[in-house]
Amino acid sequence: MTQGNGHGNGAAVKLTGKDFKSDQEVRWCPGCGDYAILSAVQGFMPSLGIPRERIVFVSGIGCSSRFPYYMNTYGMHSIHGRAPAIATGLSVTRPDLSVWVITGDGDALSIGGNHLIHALRRNVNLKILLFNNQIYGLTKGQYSPTSELGKVTKSTPMGSLDHPFNPVSVALGVEATFVARSIDSDRAHLTEVLGKAAAHQGTAFVEIYQNCNIFNDGAFDLLKEPDTRADNQIRLEHGKPIRFGKDGERGVRLTDDCRVELVDVADVGEDALLVHDEHRAEPSLAFMLSRLSHGADGPTPIGVFRDVERPVYDELMSEQVEAATARQGRGELAKLLHGGDTWQLG
Amino acid sequence: MTKPVQVLDRVTIRFAGDSGDGMQLTGDRFTSETAAFGNDLSTLPDFPAEIRAPAGSIPGVSGFQLHFADHDILTPGDAPDVLVAMNPAALKANLGDLPKGASLIVNTDSFTARNLDKAGYAANPLEDGTLADHQVHPVPLTSMTLEALKEFDISKKEAERAKNMFALGLMSWLYHRPTEATVAYLEKKFASRPVIAKANVTAFKAGWNYGETTEAFAVSYEIKPAKLTPGTYRNISGNLALAYGLVAASQLSGLPLFLGAYPITPASDILHELSKHKAFGVRTFQAEDEIAGVGAALGAAFGGALGVTTSSGPGIALKAETIGLGVSLELPLLVIDIQRSGPSTGMPTKTEQADLLQVLYGRNGEAPVPVVAPCTPSDCFHAAVEAARIALKYRTPVVLLSDGYLANGSEPWLLPDVASLPDISTSFATEPNHEGDFWPYLRDETTLARPWAVPGTPGLEHRIGGLEKADGTGNISYDPDNHDRMINLRAAKVAGIAADIPPVEVDHQDGSGLLVLGWGSTYGPIGAAVRRVRATGARVSVAHLRHLNPFPANLGEVLAAYDQVLIPEMNLGQLRMLVRSRYLVDAVGYNKVRGLPFKAEELADAIIGLLDEGAGK
Repeated sequence: MTQGNGHGNGAAVKLTGKDFKSDQEVRWCPGCGDYAILSAVQGFMPSLGIPRERIVFVSGIGCSSRFPYYMNTYGMHSIHGRAPAIATGLSVTRPDLSVWVITGDGDALSIGGNHLIHALRRNVNLKILLFNNQIYGLTKGQYSPTSELGKVTKSTPMGSLDHPFNPVSVALGVEATFVARSIDSDRAHLTEVLGKAAAHQGTAFVEIYQNCNIFNDGAFDLLKEPDTRADNQIRLEHGKPIRFGKDGERGVRLTDDCRVELVDVADVGEDALLVHDEHRAEPSLAFMLSRLSHGADGPTPIGVFRDVERPVYDELMSEQVEAATARQGRGELAKLLHGGDTWQLG
Repeated sequence: MTKPVQVLDRVTIRFAGDSGDGMQLTGDRFTSETAAFGNDLSTLPDFPAEIRAPAGSIPGVSGFQLHFADHDILTPGDAPDVLVAMNPAALKANLGDLPKGASLIVNTDSFTARNLDKAGYAANPLEDGTLADHQVHPVPLTSMTLEALKEFDISKKEAERAKNMFALGLMSWLYHRPTEATVAYLEKKFASRPVIAKANVTAFKAGWNYGETTEAFAVSYEIKPAKLTPGTYRNISGNLALAYGLVAASQLSGLPLFLGAYPITPASDILHELSKHKAFGVRTFQAEDEIAGVGAALGAAFGGALGVTTSSGPGIALKAETIGLGVSLELPLLVIDIQRSGPSTGMPTKTEQADLLQVLYGRNGEAPVPVVAPCTPSDCFHAAVEAARIALKYRTPVVLLSDGYLANGSEPWLLPDVASLPDISTSFATEPNHEGDFWPYLRDETTLARPWAVPGTPGLEHRIGGLEKADGTGNISYDPDNHDRMINLRAAKVAGIAADIPPVEVDHQDGSGLLVLGWGSTYGPIGAAVRRVRATGARVSVAHLRHLNPFPANLGEVLAAYDQVLIPEMNLGQLRMLVRSRYLVDAVGYNKVRGLPFKAEELADAIIGLLDEGAGK
C-alpha cells in the first residue's frame, strides 16, 4: 500500500456525512439525480477515514461540475473538459491527497475527451466520477455524445446523426485499470462501487447513470422502475456467474464463436454461464460485457467491469525523482550553473 | 614557414552546409574555442524546420553565424565577413547576405553537376564570374579529408562525415583558436567508438595543418581577447538560461518545480533540459496537448508547486482559457512563450515578436496578466526568476516572452553568485483569516494578493472556480456591483506591480531629442545601431523595456522628455500601439517581420533618417 489516495501518515479520522456538507446552497433543479449522488458521496466519504483537508474535488463545466462547491473539502470548479488534466498536475505533485474528478457526459467525452483518455492510459491516481445523463443540461437540452442516435433535441429537430459513445467501452478501450458503472438512485450499489474505486491504486473510472428530469427524464427507467429493473439490471459480481432477472432466470454466456449473449439459464444450465472476473488482466471480455447495451436500452451490466493493477503514474514520477536524487545527490544550483565549459577572466 | 598575421577587432563567420553536414556542431565547437580564448561573442543558429530536407537542396541548408571581437558586442553580426559553404545550395542560400569583398571558403568537391543542379545553378558559380566580388578560397575539403583518413579502418561514408572537422581545423588555424578543448570534446563524444574519435581528431588536425602549409591562405588573423568584467563565464543559449532560471526560481522560492508542456518549436529544449534535473525535485510532464500542459501546471500550483508551462505562439493560443482561469483563481503560474513567426504555423524555426498583444489581450473578459521579456540569451535566466517572483508574490499567471532568436542564440554569461540571487520565497495560509473562518479572497492590503491555502491544510478547506466570486468569501456571486469591484481589484493588483519593479533606465545622451525604445530580443541590434549612430557624432538616447505589463512607473515621464520616439519591433507595431494609446505619444515604428533579427545597420539608418526628419532636413 502506498501513501496515495489521501491516507498520508496521519491516523484515520472519524467523520460523518454532515462534515462533508459545505455551507453553500445546492442549486440543481429539484428532482435532479445529482442530489442523490451528492448525498451518497457525502455519506460515503467518512468511510475513507481521510481528513477532509486531504481530499480534493476537481470538476469541469456542466451541471455535475458544480459538485465541488457542495463538498466541504478542498475543491476546484475549473473549465470545460479540463478537470482530468488539472487534477493530474495536482495528483502527481501531491501524492498525499485523495483527488476526485467530477465530470459529465459532455465534459468528459466531448470537449474533454482527450484529457480523459490520457489520464486513463497513464493511470494517474484519480477517482473520476462521470455523471451520464445523456443530454446537455446546463446549456438547456442539446444532445450529448452519449445521447441515442436520432434523438430529437433543440439542436437536432430532425434527430441527432451521431453514433453515441458507451463510456464504459471507451474507458475499457483505453485500458483503464478500474472501470465501473452505477446508478444515481441506487445508493447502496453506488456506495459499494465508490468504496472499490477509492481503494484502487491508479485511475478509477465510474460511470453513474444520472437522471436529468428536465431535459431527458426517464432515460434510465428500464434499470430503475420496479417492474422492469430486475429484467434489465445485470449486476456484475466478482467470482459469480452473471445472472439477472427476478429469480436469476436469465444469464450471460460466452459463445464458442467469442460473443457474449443473453440466455435463459433453464436452456443452457448454470454451468454454462460466464463467471465474472474483474481482475482479468486482458480487457476484451470486460469490453464485450460493456457491449451488451449501448445506454440502458435493454439489459445493462452495472458494477465493476475491471479492476486490475498497473504501475501508478504518480508513483513512477516520484520514483524517478528519488532515483535521480539518490544517484546525483540533491541538486545544487551553483554546481548546475558552473556545469558546462567555463572559463575565468581577470 | 611563418605567415603574416593581421590583427582585427572583430569578425563574423557563417558556417553553412547541408542539414547532415554537422554545421551546428562545427559552429558550437568554434564558439567554445572562441569563448575559451576570451573574445566576446554572439551566435545565431539558422536551421530549417525539416529534420532532413533532401540532401543538397536549398531548404536543407543549415547555418550557424558567429560574431566575435576584442570588445563587448551586442549582436551575432549583420553580415558575414567569411562564409564557409559546404555545397552549392549553401552558397546559393547565403550569397545574398555576403557584402562585397567578403571571404568565401567553398568545398569544391561538392560542386558536382548533380549538386549544382539541385541548388538550381545552371553553371558552376566558381567558374562563371558569379563570385567576382568576393575573395574565394576553393578548398577540396572532402577529398583532403578522405586522403587524411585513408589509413583508417572506416567506411568512406564515415570518413566523409569528418569533413566538417577538417573545415573547423582550417578555420581554427585561420583565426588562431585554441584546439585542445575540441580534441578533448571529440574524444569524449566518440568515446564508445575510438576509431571514429581518432578519425575526427585527425581530420581536425589535418585542416589546421593545411591552413599552415597551403599557399591558398597567405594571411591568418588574430582577434585579441576582449576586456570583459572579471569572473567565471560560460557560453549559454536563451533556452538553457531559461531552464536554469526556472530551477533557480524553484530553489529560491523553496517550492517544487512542475512543468507541464507539449513539444513545440522553439520551446521544446526547455522541456528537454528540465527533464534532466529531477535531482532538484523537478517534475516534468509531457502532456497530451497544450491545454493539458497548462492545466496540469495550474493544478500543481493549486497544490502549492511552482507551476510552469512552456510553449510558443500557437500553443499559447490554445492555453488562453486556462490562463484566464488562473487569473480568476488568482494562483501563481508561469506561462513561457518562446515566440516564433506566425500567424498559424508560420515559420516555426524563425523568430518574431508578434505575440505581445496575444499574451496581453488574447483572453475572454478583463483578464490582465503581468508580462516580462528577457533581452539577451543570458538574461533569460534572470527574467525567469523575476517572472516567478511576481507570480508568487501577487498570486497571478505571469507571461514570460522570449523568442526564437534568444532561445537559440548564445553569448558568454558571467555566472551570477548564487548567494546574490533574490529571495522569492512566499508563504501559505495556515490559519483562518476572518472571524474564525477562512476567506480565500481576503486580500493583502498592499499587494492585493489573496492567501494561498493549499490542500492538506486543516481548517482552510475551500472551493474556488472560474465563476465570479464574492469579494472576500470567494463564494459564487452574480451581484453586479461585486463583479465590477472584482474586475477592478484584479486590474488594480496587476497595475500595482508597477511600484514593485525598477524604473526604466535611459541611456540618455545630452542634447538628444530622439529616444529609441525597445523590448525583448531587439536589445542587441538596437544597442549596436545606437553605437553606430553615436559614432557619427549624432545624438540619440535609448531605453529598453523588461516589463511590458505593467509598464515601469516612470515610462510616461521618460517618453514625454523626447521630441521623437522610435520603437523598432519584429511585428507591425504592437508596443507602439500600447505606448501611443497609454501615453498619447506620437511614437513611430520601425517594423520588419522577416523571421530574422534586425541588423544594426538598418536600425542605424532608421535612426539617422528620423534624426534628419526631426532636424527638418
